[in-house]
Parts: sequence; structure tokens; C-alpha cells
Amino acid sequence: MENPYMPYPVRIDDIEIATEDRSLKTFKFVFLNKEDEEKFSYQAGQFAELSIPGVGEIPIGIASSPVEKGFVKFTVFRTGVVTTHLHNMKVGDIMGIRGPLGNWYPWEKLENKNIVIIGGGFAFTTLRSSIIYMLDSANRNKFKNIDVVYGARSPGMLLYREELFEWEKRDDINMHITVDGTDDPEWKYHTGFVPQIVEQNAPKADDDTYAIICGPPIMIKFTQPSLVQLGYRDDQIIMSLENRMKCGIGMCGRCNIGKELVCKDGPVFTLEELNQTPKEY
Amino acid sequence: MILSSKEKGHTMKFITIDKKDWAKGIENSRKAYQLFGPVKEKNGVLIKNLEKGVLPLMEYTDSVMSAKSVMFPQSEMILKTTLDESKEDHHIMKRVDTNYSPRAVVGMRPFDAKAIQLVKMNFDTKDFRDPYWCDAYEATTFVGLAVNKPGLYDFSTSAGSGPFGEDGLDVLLADMDDKYVAKILSDKGQDFIDIFAVGTSSDEKESQVLFDVLRKEAEKNIASAIETDKLKDKTILYLHEAPFWDDVAFSCINCGTCTYVCPTCWCFDIQDETKRKASTRFRNWDTCMSSLFTSHASGHNPRDAKTQRVRQRFMHKLKYFPDKYEEGIMCVGCGRCVKSCPVNIDIRKVAKTMNSYENKE
Repeated sequence: MENPYMPYPVRIDDIEIATEDRSLKTFKFVFLNKEDEEKFSYQAGQFAELSIPGVGEIPIGIASSPVEKGFVKFTVFRTGVVTTHLHNMKVGDIMGIRGPLGNWYPWEKLENKNIVIIGGGFAFTTLRSSIIYMLDSANRNKFKNIDVVYGARSPGMLLYREELFEWEKRDDINMHITVDGTDDPEWKYHTGFVPQIVEQNAPKADDDTYAIICGPPIMIKFTQPSLVQLGYRDDQIIMSLENRMKCGIGMCGRCNIGKELVCKDGPVFTLEELNQTPKEY
Repeated sequence: MILSSKEKGHTMKFITIDKKDWAKGIENSRKAYQLFGPVKEKNGVLIKNLEKGVLPLMEYTDSVMSAKSVMFPQSEMILKTTLDESKEDHHIMKRVDTNYSPRAVVGMRPFDAKAIQLVKMNFDTKDFRDPYWCDAYEATTFVGLAVNKPGLYDFSTSAGSGPFGEDGLDVLLADMDDKYVAKILSDKGQDFIDIFAVGTSSDEKESQVLFDVLRKEAEKNIASAIETDKLKDKTILYLHEAPFWDDVAFSCINCGTCTYVCPTCWCFDIQDETKRKASTRFRNWDTCMSSLFTSHASGHNPRDAKTQRVRQRFMHKLKYFPDKYEEGIMCVGCGRCVKSCPVNIDIRKVAKTMNSYENKE
């Protein structure tokens, strides 16, 4: 068994400013050793530790998709010591990635189901990974209808804008893009908060429909009633949590919610599962 | 779990070691082992590397710290690299070289050996193997000293261990005045006794009778117990939402002493340190009593309040761990946290409160 603390060495291949306020950047990494890319075989919904020698490590959801080969991508919000350092790094710099870590969205269970993806702000990274995965020609027929509700404060704060607008044009995915507000007279999409857009646009629940929801706590809090309104049961609502982490492998002890470890038993839980745990997230 | 001596197909043996020969045996064992054992220091008895010529302290009641540090040092280098970009392998982490030649801990308490078995469940899992802890564990032979006269704080008999507990030990020594009688519990233990090379074989039945007499006498002297029998019938949320946690936590100053002295507390932090261009990644003991332990970079903290942190510690030991592993509580009854707590928080009392809690509504 390999040393789970040992990061795979990677090179920063590209850095893209992801939002208009420059607080988020998308980093594209290439593995220095080709065989490490195979070892880093992941599923949409998993995360990894970005490991910067001399600075530290941060757990970040994987934004690239298992169907995208040759690189991995992470979109990182500048907020603490490691993320600030990372934002100041440049293309060509060497660092490490440890993972993939945690569980993933339950893709087997989701086959032949309608999927409703609900995201807010910068919690759209593993959802992007999931959408790319589902839309891949090898996978699209495994899923029925796909609806996406994604909102941000303003158009410039939406992540992956170009992809969003491309998906909008497709007929095999129903996009419901929204912003809290905008002064752009050309804005063609929704205006309003995510819970309201969900209530107005998401499909009503049935046994074959599952919702995957990621976002800031306030959005999740107010979206839950909208889903209840539409008839979703707690086991049909799938969520991804964040907590402070160090090891990412269930050993260092800090990310637990009751007996579950967010890093290893999660980060993906159904609302039904979360109802059985203390709300320590 | 470690195999019992029977499962290994090895015959249990007893060896009598005259105390006059003890020092000679310790010197013999140095040829094959790095030795660790109890040492008296300014602040009490600690389990430390035994320097040349130093014998393990065999007459003591309580040690301030347990033997957990033999596998899990308070601060340990795990990875290193250079940040010097003129070097070809800059920023590429490598494992730090650590000496994992055979180690033996001599004179440790049986409850501390049991504690190591509990900690093993965290570091050696079906998904991941912590190589630092596991390599050290595999290199180590555990030579316990049975407790003839339990200390005032010992409640190990109600916590899955006891003064003559054998779980996790390779050899159990019992002090019988002018001699030690060693009970060999595993192949590792047999190897140690072979290298120790002093002592004579003693009759198995007779020796076991002597052990049983001493054990019963010792167990009689343990006056207190931890009550946890009703905890498995109460749900996590039921206990978590109980109203008594503010009272339990009221006097706590979040110093973390309970977690550092605890032989079963394993939580750790990972930190990088750089001197000039040489960067090292460390694993350090951490404590759930610290607010930083769970503080998100955003400022949000799911265990921001003292009560939440105190509740976490007791719930982890008495509810989360037992529910997760079904191997009993994450406490061996050593009593160190009770003895060391500056504000007299007592896990036995907290367990009793939890165990007897009935929501009247």
C-alpha cells in the first residue's frame, strides 16, 4: 500500500482567472510522472489535497471530469494562507496533489434517473465535473433528464461561463442560469435567488428523480424547503459537505460529524444521512 | 487485531527472572532493540528512549504520559524536499528516513498496550495504512509490567483492560518481590525473551496461579468504574442534544491536557517548516479542545464554542468510537485525564451523566 501522505508531483500548466473579482482562479495541473495520472483515477464528486511544499495543504473539490484526460483542474477561492500562496504561483511551478479522496456522487444509483443539479456561487466545481461526465457521449444515455440551476451574485461571478452558455444551447440538458441581480440590459437568463428559481423551474419529484445540491450554507438552508415543496424525499437530496481537513484519509480527527468523517465517509451525503448526524459542519 | 499466542500456534511459557540479573538482561536486549521505558523526570514519569546505561523504572504508580509516543511522537517529520529550484527534484516530497529497527518498550502498563490496539484501528484501516505509525508499531515489542498496586485514578477493569490485561502485549511481567515472572504472549515476546537471555523457565500452571492471585488482589484495589452499559441504546443525536453539556463544560479551560496525556487520543495536525531552502512536513499532536482544530479558512467554525468541543471529546470516546468499531469505548481507564485535569473534570462522572440520561419530555 502506498504512502497516503505522499503527494504526486505536478506542474501548473495553466491558470485562468475564473471570476470578475479575481478571487477565484482555475488551475490546470499536469502530472510529472505519467503513471501518477492513472493512479489518480477519480470520480465526479471527489476532492484532493493540493500540496505546496513549505506552505501546506488544502482540500479542494476536483473540477475537471473523469472523462477529461491528460490534466486535472481545480478552481480555488483565495481565502487563507495556502490559497493565497497558490494564487500567487505561476505556470510552470512544481507542487503536489494527493488523492483522489473521499466518496463521490452515487453514479451507479443515479443511472436511468432524472438529475437536478443545484449550485450556488463557487460551490460549482464538482458539479461542473459531474455535468461534463454526464454529457459525455459515452454516458449521456445512462441518465434521463438533466436540469441545472446555477446562480451567482452577478454574471461575472458565474464560474465556467463559456461552458454554461454552451450547455444552454444544447437540447439534452436544461439550464436555469440565474444571478442575484445585474445591470446588464443584455442579460438573457434568470434573475433571482436559487431557491426561487428551483421552485419555479426544477422538475417535480418522482421516484426516478434525484437532486444534487452544493452551495453556501444560506443557499442550502433556503433551497431545502423549495425541494420539499416539489416533493423530494430526504434520500433524494444529495449534498456535498466541507469541513476543515488535514489528512484527508480519515485519521487526523477534525472533520467528523458524529461518527462520520467528512473526508472519508463523505464529502457526499444524502439529506437523510445528514439528519442522523450532529450539524457540526 | 493481533493474534493471541494460541492462534500463532506457540506454546505459552513463563520465565522467572531474578532481579539481580535484570540489568544484565536489559543490556543484552540493547543488542537487538532500541529500548523505551518509564523514566522519572522533573515533572513525573514519562515513557522515553532509554539512554545507554539507563534502566526502565519498574517501581512507579502512575506515568504522566503513556507509551503512545513510541509509535506516535508528539512531533514527527514525515516528508521533506528542497525549495531550491536549481536542484532537479525541487518541490518533490520524499519520505523522511526514520530508524525502524526493532524497538521494545519495557515496563509499560497493560492499559497502555490495550490503548495502542484501539489507536491501531485509526491508523491501520482497510482503505489506508499510515506508514509512520504502522512501521513503528510493527517494529515494536511490547513488554508490560502488571500493576500489583493500582493507583488511585485507575478504573481500567471497567474499561476493557485491567492491571494484568494482556491485550496488545508480547510479554507480561509480574513483580514478585525478588524476581519478575514473565509470561510470554507472542512470538515477538519469545524473541525478546531469547535475546534477554537471563532467567529460567518456570512451571506454567504454578505461575498462572501466582498471576491469578496477584491479579485478583490488584483488581480488588480498583474502587471506581466507568458506566457505559446504556450508551449503545441511546442514539448519537439524543446524547448530542442532551441539556447537560454546558454543565459538563462549564469549568473547562480548553487546555488540552486531557488529550495529550490520553493513551487513546490520536488527533494530529500537519504543518510545513522551512529552513533556508530545506522544507519539512511535520505531523504534530493536536487537540479537539482547540478552537483552531476545526476552524475553516472562511472563519466559520462548526465547533466554535467550548461546550461543543468538550462534547466532541466525550462523545468521540464514549459514543462515536464504540458505534463505529463495536470494540468498546475509546478509553482504557488509565485515569490520567482525571488526575491531570486542572479543573477536575472526570470522565467517569461524565459517562455516568450520559449513561443515566433520560429525556423526560
